[in-house]
Formats: sequence, structure tokens, C-alpha cells
Amino acid sequence: MNLVFQTIAPAELHQEMLRLRQEKKMDFLVLLTAEDLGEEGFGVVYQLESTETGEQVNIKSVCPNREQPTLPTVSDIWDIAHIYEREAYDFFGIIFTGHPDMRRIYLREDWVGFPLRKDDKPEEQNPLKMDNAPLSDDTTCYELQPDGTLTSHKNTIFEPEDYVVNMGPQHPSTHGVLHFRVALNGERIKRVDPVLGYIHRGIEKMNESMTYPQMLALTDRMDYLGAMQNRHALCKVIEEAMGVEVSDRVKVIRTIMDELQRIDSHILYFSCLCQDLGATTAFLYGFRDREKVLDIFEETCGGRLILNYNTIGGVMADIHPNFVKRVKEFIPVMRKGLKEYHDIFTGNVIAHNRMEGVGVLSKEQVIKMGCTGGTGRASGWHNDLRKLRPYDAYDRVEFKEITFTEGDSFARYMVRMLEIEESLKIIEQLIDNIPEGNYQEKMKPIIKVPEGTFYAAVEGSRGQFGVFLESKGDKSPYRVHYRSTGLPLVYAMDTACRGNLIADLVTIGGTFDYVVPDIDR
Amino acid sequence: MFDFSVISQWLHTLLLSFLPEWATILVESVIVALVIITLYAVFAIVLIYMERKICGFFQCRLGPNRVGKWGLLQVFADVFKMLQKEIIKMRQTDRFLHDLAPFFVVTASMVTFACLPWNKGGHMIDFNIGIFFILAVSSVSVVGILLAGWGSNSKYPIIGAMRSGAQIISYELSIGLTMLTVICLTGTMQISEIVQQQSELGWNIFRGHLPMVIAFIIYLIAGNAECNRGPFDLPEAESELTAGYHTEYSGMHFGYFYLAEYLNLFISAGIATTVFLGGWAPLHISGLDGFNGVMDAVPGIVWFLGKTFFVVFLLMWERWTLPRLRIDNILTLEWKYLMPISMLNLVLMALLVAYGLYF
Repeated sequence: MNLVFQTIAPAELHQEMLRLRQEKKMDFLVLLTAEDLGEEGFGVVYQLESTETGEQVNIKSVCPNREQPTLPTVSDIWDIAHIYEREAYDFFGIIFTGHPDMRRIYLREDWVGFPLRKDDKPEEQNPLKMDNAPLSDDTTCYELQPDGTLTSHKNTIFEPEDYVVNMGPQHPSTHGVLHFRVALNGERIKRVDPVLGYIHRGIEKMNESMTYPQMLALTDRMDYLGAMQNRHALCKVIEEAMGVEVSDRVKVIRTIMDELQRIDSHILYFSCLCQDLGATTAFLYGFRDREKVLDIFEETCGGRLILNYNTIGGVMADIHPNFVKRVKEFIPVMRKGLKEYHDIFTGNVIAHNRMEGVGVLSKEQVIKMGCTGGTGRASGWHNDLRKLRPYDAYDRVEFKEITFTEGDSFARYMVRMLEIEESLKIIEQLIDNIPEGNYQEKMKPIIKVPEGTFYAAVEGSRGQFGVFLESKGDKSPYRVHYRSTGLPLVYAMDTACRGNLIADLVTIGGTFDYVVPDIDR
Repeated sequence: MFDFSVISQWLHTLLLSFLPEWATILVESVIVALVIITLYAVFAIVLIYMERKICGFFQCRLGPNRVGKWGLLQVFADVFKMLQKEIIKMRQTDRFLHDLAPFFVVTASMVTFACLPWNKGGHMIDFNIGIFFILAVSSVSVVGILLAGWGSNSKYPIIGAMRSGAQIISYELSIGLTMLTVICLTGTMQISEIVQQQSELGWNIFRGHLPMVIAFIIYLIAGNAECNRGPFDLPEAESELTAGYHTEYSGMHFGYFYLAEYLNLFISAGIATTVFLGGWAPLHISGLDGFNGVMDAVPGIVWFLGKTFFVVFLLMWERWTLPRLRIDNILTLEWKYLMPISMLNLVLMALLVAYGLYF
């Protein structure tokens, strides 16, 4: 949908945001991103949502000074803004005054320039560096003085006497190249500081120089366990912007594929969690069943992990003749597999001890930190987009939104396990009546998106995956931002882990279910 | 039943016939040492192969099946690979302690290994405080683990070593108490005599009925914890501490830790066999003389190995089924459950022995 913005001047931004939070109960900051407006300066876009009423507000604030753009922080209103504002600082150099931790987030600390500014020349300013990336133990906080000058002071992240252990970037339980710096007191965790960017590929920057069909290739490589859903979201935003209506057949196929992908992701979640907790046999049980989903994908899409299936206006190829048969065979196998998972792991007393009451997040906390998906639902936040704003074929199927109220690791685990069953139910309802129709709408050879700002989101395997698209009417986008599902989860690690043991960090990380390429993009 | 002491006596007299007594004992000691080391290596290979295959079957896999028939040569290939690997010397480690640590671990486990009774008359170390000796030498390995953690001068190993220290020392209490329960029944600490008694009067686990079964179960749990094997493998918890106390080791130094881990599994099962399941004593059912005769025909070493590998299988089953405990769970399990239960169990055993309520 084309977003309508309410523009607020930087000076009133903080006050106005506070008013929206308090009076209109806008408690969920969906999106915070920046864009280069050329002569006008830099714009920062906020999308707010009230979890009670579902009402959404889009806010834009423009900082006209290109030399030293500043904006007041909103990180004291919404926790998640801490990490989103760091991202905006990293890419655009916008200084958020009053933000306690203005460090770069993805790029090296000694990086020169701000790569998403349109006039930045990253290659010239940053020759290949052969030395180690610096990693400082303190950070800067900027304050705006009444006379318009900036002052700064240092905040410490780790004291010199802290016992800091590096978990990652090469570590068995960070599920990829994620790096946590963990300050310990004995085995108790005092603080977790995520160091991101080891797999940052600059996908948002790359997209700005690609045509729309080319962009599609990159989404599968973000959250590789949500490849279908990511690409679905991107296709959705482009289709909505261009006013393309896909056929009913495509809608149903996309729904089934999204759910298969969700099952695939949740099985892997189960497997990796078991592996992290030392139950290696359960790990292989999961992989045994996941193979079957991948086989189904392989037949229709040709790929197993990187699927390349959705296209603008449809899907790449019609479903394979065996598809329906294979899916029908898979459903009972998966149900049997689930029973085995519960027998070997869910009911185990050690598993209960390791997960119950560990890493509890309250409903307020998950909303403040924007932890959508299973992590939010485990704390009682009804955030399933398939229910809130049904898209494609979700309005014609019966399924439950799984929520718990405990908010601990065990609830997060159970949400995923029960969601597999719900996904099976959805597939069961759709698989027998896939309507006839085109699998691909006729599109122009060169796809141009009309001018405007668009946002579309789908329920990914681990939360709300959204695509923010700013178009100037060209064949390439002006600015693309992906609302990562994993970034809020990594941000929440610090809150969830403090005071717990090292072993709990592994449990909490496992149950949060982040995927690193999705965080780093 | 075949008595192995016939062979050792024959060798002794043979050597005495042309050597002075001190030289005889020297030669015998060298032979025994060589036998121990050879057996140690052979059993390590057997156990590693067994673990891989069993774990494969538990996990719906085939296990090694490429090198040699049924993958039989896989472990040999791995051992040769390990032998060839460079022992990396790192800066800023305490070199002396770092290099010393694996030898502590492997020596402790070899000496304990030598105490096992293989057959009637077939034991290498046997004297009147046998069980006490086993407990003493097996606990030396904790020194090696702590040294490994300290000498590596690295953060993961030190956390692993501290965990291991806390865990092994705690579980030693339970092992000590279960052993006391056994001694209470047998009235002797000499290993050969404990087994001899069982071959005449029946296996301890049947003789001592209820308290012995409890002691056996506690021993299995505590013994597994002593070996640092899953679900108690948190000193080297892969997903938390990468490899725990041996993170910084390479080549054969790592190989020693690996060897010791597998052999400790075997030793722990072997001791369980010796004190609870009758060691080399065959299964006898009173009244069935024919059956007993057949059982007697099976050599003692087969009985011993059969029972030991059965217990090893139980421990592997446990390892490949359960998730890992957390350090506070482990210590709670020991100090709040296993130790009080074993104390009560000891009292119960003492009462049964005092009133003669055993078989």
C-alpha cells in the first residue's frame, strides 16, 4: 500500500512521539529507517502500530543538514529503536542525540563514510584492510545543546576488569557468524553485546542499482529458512505498488509454499535447539523429516535452500505433477515425526529443567523490543499477520494462532512445535482444491514501479518480514529496506540473558530462533 | 573354570630358572606394562568404533561404512591421522603445565585400567585395598583436567575445567558411598576376592538385592558423570564451550584426552561389572546344574567383557538419548538427591548385613 506520511519537524519529534505512545497507545515500532532525500537532507521514517487497536501511523522527519544530520532519539520510548537507530547511523550518518550507544552496527568501526548516502563513494574511501577490525569497549553518546552544537561523552560497554568471553563469530551455537561479547561473573551473564555484520553484504545498497526482477534473487539469501516468505513479501510489495492482481491459483500456491517453508524452518529450529542442548539424536530426527520438505521443494522449484520461486505477478513455474501427491504423503509422516519429537525431547525432564523459566520476556518487553513471530507469541502477544491482516489464501482457511503467556524458553519452543501442526492443517485444507488459473500474470518486459513509498509484510518463519520500498518511477528502486525478523531478537538477547548462566544463553539463543544472514542483510 | 594364574606362575618359574629374582620381577613388570598399553589402545579402538556404530543406529544413520568392510578400518585411519598431526605450540600458555596435563589424565586412566580383573587369576594390580586404590588413582585425572584448563590460558578451557572440577569432585562422593555399600556386603576391598566371593555366593546385585540395585543405579549415573560423558558432558559442552578444557590441544595431546575419555567409559563399566555383576563369575542359577555347567564352560574373560560391554551399551544409550544438564542441575542432582540416597542406602545395607538379611 502507498504509505501516507505525517511529517514532523525534528525539534518536535520526541515530544510528538511520546504523545503518540501515551495517548494513542502506539506501542510497537514496526519500522525505523532512513532515506537520502538529496538536497532536502535525510529523512527518517517511523512506522508505528498500536497492538490494541491495530491502528498504524507513518511518520517522517527530515533533517536538512547534510553535513551533520541530527535527530532526537526515540530509543527511550521504544527499546528496539536502540538498534534501528544504530543502523540508520551506520548507513546514513544520522546522529541520534541522546542515544546511549551511537556505534556502527554492521560496518567496521574504522569504516569511512556512510554507504547508503547517494553521494558516498565507499570503494574509494575504504581500501581493502588487512588488519583486524577494531572492537572498542566504550561508545559515544551525543547531546544536542540549546545553541545547536553537539557535545559527546563516553559510555562504557565493558569495564576493564570484566571477564569478557567471545561467543562467536565461529561458535557452534550461534547458528552462523554471529558474535556475542559476553561479560561473565563466574558462570552468570552480566551483559551480552552482539557484534553484527560478519555476513553483511549490503543487500539494501545492492538493490538500489538492480532492476526489480534482479532484486528477487537476493531475498532468498537473507533468511534462508524463510526464502519463500521473504520473496513473497518483496513480490507482494511490488505487485501492490503496480496494482497487479495475481490469480487465485498463485495465491493458494504461495500460501502452501509459505507453510511448507514454515514447517521446514520449525523442524530446523527443533533440531538445532536439541543440538544446542546436547540431544544429538533428536537433531537427526528433525533432519530426517526436513529432507522430505526439501525434496518437495526441489521437485517444483529446482532448489532446496535457495528456492527462487515467487516472481512479480506469479510464480516461476507451475507446481510439479507430483506435488499434490508428495505433500499428501508428507502430512501423515510429519505428524508421526512430531510425536517422536515429543517423545524424545519435549517430555524429557532435563529438557524441561533447561527451558522452563529460562529467559522470560514479558508481553510489554516483547512489544517494546519488537520481537514478532513465535518469540512474541510465546509471551502472549497476538502478532500473527496471517490473522491480523490476512493475505493470499489465509482468510479462507481455519487455523489457530498459537500463543502462550509464560514467555520462557519452553513456551517459545512449544509455539513452534504447535505451529507445525497448524501449518499442516492449513496445507491439508488447501492441497485438494488448488484452483485452476494462470501461474504467472503477463507482465511488461521492463517493470517500473510507480512513484511512491510502499510497505508490505508477511508472516515469516520467525516474525514479521516487511519490505519498505521507495520508488521514483524508475526500473530500479530508490531505496529498499527490509524489516529483518532476527534483528529485534538479537537485540533482546541482552535483556533475556542477564543473570542467567552461559548454558542458558545457548538455550535462549536457540529458542529465539534468529538466522544471521537475515540480521546482517 | 580356567585359572589364569597357572600361566603367570609358569612364566614366573620359567624366568626364575635363569634370572635372579629382581630381574624376574623387572621383566614381568615390563611385560605387564606392555600388555596394559596394548590392551588400552585396542580397547580404545573397539570402543570408538562401537560408539560410532551404536550412535549411528540410534540416529537413523549407518555410521562409518566407507573405510574397510563395514567401516572397520575407519578408526585406524583416524588414529593414524591423529598421530600425524602437529602439536601446536601456542604463545602465552604455561607450556610445562599445558603439556603435562594430558599425561595426568591418560596415566590415571591407565592405572585404573590395570586394576580390572579379566579372568580368574588374571589381574595385574591386586592388593588388599583394591577399591580404595581405584578411587584414589582415578581421581588424579581431575588434576590433569584442571591443569589443562589453567595451562591453556584461555577462557573457554578455564570455564570447562572449573565445571569439571566441581562435577568430578562432587560425584566422587556418590561413587565412594556406593563402593562403601559394596564393601559393607563383601567385607573385603580386594578386587580378586570380591569377584571370587561372587562366583561362589552369587553376584552382588542379587545377593544384596534392594540396596545393591539402588547402589548400582547410582553408580551408573555417577560413573557416567565421572567420565564427563553426556548427559554430563558439560565440561566440554560442545555447543557452549566449543571443546571445554581441551579446546587448545591438538594432535596426540588431544588424542590422549580422547583416548582417556573412551577408556574411562570402559573402566567405569568394568568396575560396575566387577563389584555388582560378578566380574568374570558366570551366571549360576541354584538348582539347575546342567545350566550351570554350560555357563562354567564359557571362559571368564568372555563373561567379563560381555558384561562390561553390556554396561557400556547402557551408558551409550543414555548418552545418545538425553539432552545435556546444566551445571546447577548437575550439582543439585548430586548434593540433594544422589548423595543423601546413597547415605541412606549405606545405612540400609549395614542393617541388612547386621541382621543377615541377604542371600
